[in-house]
Amino acid sequence: MSIRVTDACIGCGICLQQCPFGAIELKENMAVISDSCTLCGSCESVCPVQAIQIEREKQAAVNLRDYQDVWVFGEQRNGEINSVVYELIGEGRKLADKLGEQLCVALIGSQLSAAADDLLQYGVNKVYLVDEHELSVYNDESYTSVMVDLINSYQPSIILLGATTIGRSLGPRVAARIKTGLTADCTGLDIDQETQNLLQTRPAFGGNIMATIVCKNNRPQMATVRPRVMNAASPINGFQGKVQQHDFDTSELTMKTRVLEVIEEMTELIKIEEADIIVSGGRGVGTPGNFKLIADLAQALGGAVGASRAAVDNGWIPYAHQVGQTGKTVGPKIYIACGISGAVQHLVGMKSSDVIIAINKDPEAPIFNHATFGLVGDLNQIIPEMIKKIKQGRIKEAAATSE
Amino acid sequence: MKIVVCIKQVPDTTDVKINKETNTLIREGVKSIINPYDVYAIEEGLALKEIYGGSVTVISMGPPQVCEALKEAVSLGVDNVILISDRAFAGADSLATSYTLAKTIEKIGEVDLIITGKQAIDGDTAQVGPGIAEWLHIPHSTYIKAVEEITGEHIRVQRMIEGGYERIELDMPALITVVKEINEPRFPSIRGILRSREIEVPIWTANDLDVDETRIGLKGSPTQVVTIATPELGSKGEIFRGKAEEQVQKLFAALRERQIV
Repeated sequence: MSIRVTDACIGCGICLQQCPFGAIELKENMAVISDSCTLCGSCESVCPVQAIQIEREKQAAVNLRDYQDVWVFGEQRNGEINSVVYELIGEGRKLADKLGEQLCVALIGSQLSAAADDLLQYGVNKVYLVDEHELSVYNDESYTSVMVDLINSYQPSIILLGATTIGRSLGPRVAARIKTGLTADCTGLDIDQETQNLLQTRPAFGGNIMATIVCKNNRPQMATVRPRVMNAASPINGFQGKVQQHDFDTSELTMKTRVLEVIEEMTELIKIEEADIIVSGGRGVGTPGNFKLIADLAQALGGAVGASRAAVDNGWIPYAHQVGQTGKTVGPKIYIACGISGAVQHLVGMKSSDVIIAINKDPEAPIFNHATFGLVGDLNQIIPEMIKKIKQGRIKEAAATSE
Repeated sequence: MKIVVCIKQVPDTTDVKINKETNTLIREGVKSIINPYDVYAIEEGLALKEIYGGSVTVISMGPPQVCEALKEAVSLGVDNVILISDRAFAGADSLATSYTLAKTIEKIGEVDLIITGKQAIDGDTAQVGPGIAEWLHIPHSTYIKAVEEITGEHIRVQRMIEGGYERIELDMPALITVVKEINEPRFPSIRGILRSREIEVPIWTANDLDVDETRIGLKGSPTQVVTIATPELGSKGEIFRGKAEEQVQKLFAALRERQIV
């Protein structure tokens, strides 16, 4: 066992409450750690007298100083850069400035020279471009090999990837080959001023706790970052960066994976991730029939329909509409939560919305703690009122413009 | 066909609540369950065995109480279960976990297909599946919503992506991680339940596996949790009460005042 409690323990019991696994007991006024301990370290960080010690490797696996620069994986499909890349550039710029290092994008695919030039305007010092016909479609195997080659050639200190289906598949494969740390689905990033390590904050336990994770002894420090949490970079006039072509010999790839076909399926008219206004329904909507009210309000506002897990589990609406920890993360201008109590699992998916309007008949519902505006009452009465008001407003607008 | 399914026992996070006064997790009354996505992985293993024959082995790494999760897998009808349990494995992050599971699969030997759930609901990393595949030098594909067909040499799957799906062919052996759209899990059978009561779950320790001790547990884990905090609660906004009509009127007035609409 590499965790121990020293005599400094004062039996305050703070660690007991902190432990997510219930692995600490107080015996004779001392903390005693049981076998269910997973060495997660949460007790160590809260102990007021530093009595809990976990033995860790102090030696770095690589020479950390050999690794410099902050990289963003330039995820693209058919040459179209994923919007999360601009968010990572915005965040990566801040990290690079704090470290006094360069911000670079690793761009892999086919016929991407225009896209590479375009990325430079967003404050990117260098785009490493691997442009090969064989890389036109994303493939876990080939992209892993190219990423690993880029990392070994240029040795970045940090790599950020979007927590998308691609990023969350490529990231772990690359990290396992390089044998470095990867933190999934981060919602906050910073640099530790003292150690210069990347501080990676992410929700865990269904969003019930926020854990901050570091990768002390290995490089690069890799993280996938949840889309629509960070602010996207804007073009900077006259920013000087350069594109560096990197040759990769695709004939050396032995491919065991083949993408046969890519099928696009547009099930919704407005994708909720991209909507400015979202009207979401939860358990409190009550019946599948009532869910039509949610859709009506969304339509009146020109917005999209969202849902909590409860509504999806009840079969009132397909999974594609689910917002929250196990669904989508959204950040619209206006989010209207109808009959949603505000469980933390839902909140992590929508709390970055600019304005949150909550409608709930329970005045004690946690959602009201997060709402910009709250309406306490029956949504069956409130929503039709809202629709009426919106339509009246439209008639007035129409009258005003025709005058 | 030899199928291995990797599962994780997790606290039912939908039950986890925060004590607002102490700002800590309330654990009382929180059940331990098989990670819900892994239930789909078990079902897919069983369904593929029914079509192509072979065996389904379910493995899990964790403390001794994970036996319960493995017994539940037995009640669903899987052939074999193995618990990988040793203090030396404690503190493993996704890299060390995937290494340990890969070593277990190597020891099982001649495995054709590995199935995991897309992610675990406690850690939500989705990293262990692809990590196992990398350690084993085999191809993987994530977010699989359908297995189309398996021949001796390859498996064809459908992978969910943003705005659609991909059809992918992987050479076997391969690893897939599955989403809940893939199937409808079965219930335990009477025979399964009886067998689960009698079965003695084999436990493999670090000594049973050919592991490099610098790659397991805390030592083999590059990432380390430095702080754990409960998410900040937002500040209370403006709450309206009264008749629906009045509330809506007040809301729109407030939205106009702040120039939101």
